[in-house]
Amino acid sequence: MIRLVYFAWVRERIGRAEEAFDLPAGVTTVADLCDRLADGSEAHAAAFAERERLRVAVNQDHADWSSPVADGDEVAFFPPVTGG
Amino acid sequence: MAEVRVQEQPFNPAAEQRACAIGPDVGAVVTFVGHVRGSEGVEEMILEHYPGMTEREIARIAAQAERRWPLLGCRIVHRYGRLRPGEPIVLVLAAAAHRKPAFEAAEFLIDWLKTRAPFWKCEITAAGRRWVDARESDDRAAARWQEEPPR
Repeated sequence: MIRLVYFAWVRERIGRAEEAFDLPAGVTTVADLCDRLADGSEAHAAAFAERERLRVAVNQDHADWSSPVADGDEVAFFPPVTGG
Repeated sequence: MAEVRVQEQPFNPAAEQRACAIGPDVGAVVTFVGHVRGSEGVEEMILEHYPGMTEREIARIAAQAERRWPLLGCRIVHRYGRLRPGEPIVLVLAAAAHRKPAFEAAEFLIDWLKTRAPFWKCEITAAGRRWVDARESDDRAAARWQEEPPR
């Protein structure tokens, strides 16, 4: 089981701020995870449609599409940050 | 050690400066305060963040600044929640013996914070709400400092 968290318009498109997800066999990277989530629902597919507009963090560290994902991880998807 | 605070309530820039810039060795204090801009009909701003990662990421950026410059004080305060135009949203403060490291560290802190700290601005106007897009000019400003991002 992994914990997924979403922010800003990614959260709005998916319709929830977080969810638990059973990591399927063969899903080892952020890119794999994203493909699997997009296959699972139209809302996820809409949120993940333009990956160049998305950023990702694994266990609260900035990560990228090739970063590994394992059971117990917290994976966050969000737009490029706009603080300051 | 840098002090990092992420909070909903307003802060007082003068009080932050007094609290941080103490000691006879401090010869220069540079404070940057970012305010909410009310341009383009913005009536209110809602700032969302990633609790936990925000504090960690800002602490990493501050630690990087402390490695690069001989700082005697370093403080970052960032607000989240609902803010109105004109209100302070972020403060970065760097204190050092001399002005050059204080100026450079403060600029580095805000440049990196803007491109790495997980905050998102949503602007409220009479026409509705919109998520603010990231700016390439901010990426370029952060890239000037070249060195690898903090880990």
